[in-house]
Amino acid sequence: MSRPIDACEALGYEALHAPKNHPMKIHEYQGKQIFARYGIPIPKGYPCLTADEAGKAAERLIAETKTPVVVVKAQIHAGGRGKGGGVKVVKGGAAEAKEVASKLFGMQLVTHQTGPEGQKVRRLYVEQGLDIARELYLGLVVDREKRRIAVMASTEGGVEIEKVAAETPEKILTEHVDPAVGLGGYQARKLAFGLGLTQGVPDPKATVAEFVSIVSKLAVLFDKEDCSLCEVNPLIVTKTGKVLALDAKLNFDDNASGRHKDWLELMDKDEEDPVELEAKEAGLSYVSLDGDIGCLVNGAGLAMATMDIIKHHGGTPANFLDVGGGATKEQVTKAFKMILTSPKVKGIFVNIFGGIMRCDVIAEGVVAATRELGLKVPLVVRLEGTNVEQGKAILANSGLRIQAADGMGDGAKKIVAAVRAA
Amino acid sequence: MAILVGKHTRVVVQGITGSAGSFHAKQCIAYGTQIVAGVTPHRGGETFEAEGPDGKKVGVPVFDTVAESVKKTGADTACIFVPALGAADAILEAADAGCSLVVCITEGIPVTDMIRARRALEGRSVRLVGPNCPGVITPGACKIGIMPGHIHRVGKIGVVSRSGTLTYEAVGQLTALGLGQSTCVGIGGDPVGGMDFVDVLKLFNEDGDTEAVMMMGEIGGNAEERAAAYIKEHMKKPVAGFIAGATAPPGKRMGHAGAIISGGQGTASDKTKALESAGVRVAPSPAEMAVTLKSML
Repeated sequence: MSRPIDACEALGYEALHAPKNHPMKIHEYQGKQIFARYGIPIPKGYPCLTADEAGKAAERLIAETKTPVVVVKAQIHAGGRGKGGGVKVVKGGAAEAKEVASKLFGMQLVTHQTGPEGQKVRRLYVEQGLDIARELYLGLVVDREKRRIAVMASTEGGVEIEKVAAETPEKILTEHVDPAVGLGGYQARKLAFGLGLTQGVPDPKATVAEFVSIVSKLAVLFDKEDCSLCEVNPLIVTKTGKVLALDAKLNFDDNASGRHKDWLELMDKDEEDPVELEAKEAGLSYVSLDGDIGCLVNGAGLAMATMDIIKHHGGTPANFLDVGGGATKEQVTKAFKMILTSPKVKGIFVNIFGGIMRCDVIAEGVVAATRELGLKVPLVVRLEGTNVEQGKAILANSGLRIQAADGMGDGAKKIVAAVRAA
Repeated sequence: MAILVGKHTRVVVQGITGSAGSFHAKQCIAYGTQIVAGVTPHRGGETFEAEGPDGKKVGVPVFDTVAESVKKTGADTACIFVPALGAADAILEAADAGCSLVVCITEGIPVTDMIRARRALEGRSVRLVGPNCPGVITPGACKIGIMPGHIHRVGKIGVVSRSGTLTYEAVGQLTALGLGQSTCVGIGGDPVGGMDFVDVLKLFNEDGDTEAVMMMGEIGGNAEERAAAYIKEHMKKPVAGFIAGATAPPGKRMGHAGAIISGGQGTASDKTKALESAGVRVAPSPAEMAVTLKSML
């Protein structure tokens, strides 16, 4: 099962670099509940776990809004749900909504962000239908270079923003938030006028004021809730000139989890890769890959470089695993067990340059895990740095069949050759 | 005289009584670094005991605040081992106390904290290295951080990197080839940090002790592209490089909101191309970093 890829992961960089930078994702309906707390207008809607609930929610919405249209939306942690068939407009009342919901529940929803096997739909959100006049894009991200939060807005809402950026970058307007004073009202107005919000609405002043209020509140929300990404795609203008967030995508900066106890409740474990979740809970950074050489490395940069050198010598890595700097023997044992139990692993390469990480701790973990589970595939170990002699001695005395490597190039060559020979 | 730190550098360690802080303060003192003070709130008045390179006992005074430690000991550089949620505050405390260099080792600082901290440092002359980095070492003179001291040798190669252990790998290779280092700077891998490649390259460019530079980058962001632009324009010394992450999962898309902001760059091949067009020799594999640099001397 591959993890849904997020719009904010440059080639997996955010995921790969530091385990604690792995962004935490939540569902649209949860994002909208947070929006509502900040006074950001959202359509009326109810989350549902069964088709029955969905039918009742539709009935309630139709009564409350006095309009017959509702929208049934699949809740998964990936974008492109509409295009993938996970968002259905229902005009035939509660019974039809229930029927639509029963089809959506349990389906494998495939979008450009899920991978080919898709993601199982386990939750739905039933929302009131609205008369949409315009669909806009609004997104907040951290701009590394400017070291500020960037607010991006575009008239091209409802489509993939990456496409807009690639084909018509001039259609994306950007303002940066000065952390000392917050987003200026003038900046929000610049975006509003830039988007042409005064056109085609009955009360241009009111529409611009609503937009300005939403953007300003989102900038505060991004900071206070420690987001790493906040996207509203689309932000809609109704035929009466009202501005509402029709979608809500929030990712959180995992580094800030210590001051957001509520995140635990927001987490949906069904949406996470079970192996990666297991690793995260053990304090390890693990990303599943498609190859057959398991890697255990300390430090994200060296871990990436280890993947690179395996490829360089003709092999393919089965995983990215960074045990970090201060791992205990127990964590190393856990990490090595995860590799040993992976069915696709045909060989293992341990590449350690100990700084804070001591080689003897690594060696003890490897030996402990192997004692418990056995070693059925070739193992190449390269140890360097702090306590290297003790580490090598522990491995030598373990009786395990281990090939020692002299440097990472030698190690990569040896493991690739061993896997080929097996 | 190498860059950033040397024999003259007087260091205050923030978080010196914590487990990471005390362990690494001891290692630094054993290397010969002048650790003149420690700071842990409510522990002022204690003495931190360690051993110098000659095995002699050293007693480091502990203070409640960095301001007091600077006043009493003349510390000019801070090294931070404070837990993540307090680390941005620690950076500003060091800057306010008058430290001219702040090295922040702590990893896992929320990005919003760093955005605010960087804003607060604007207009000041203080330099920030890190966070989420191994620190800075001028071999044989001063080690501030968590890198294993013994792999380094005194020499003429400047090293700058976004990654910790990959820096050790490069240093290990350089030392094995008989190429010592002038100074090694780990700038850290966080989205928002202190000095970037360009800031460090400028110092190496002007440094009489540095003859060539080894730089290690990673996929993501566009710091390497900016470095390439600087090198092309101004660098007087040979630079060899390596970019980690060329084989990062292809399923992970390039088109992301952060990349839109930074102009759609960030892949290893983009970075390699940018560096090569600036005259940097990029190592074909991480096992050949030092060899590649040596081929330019």
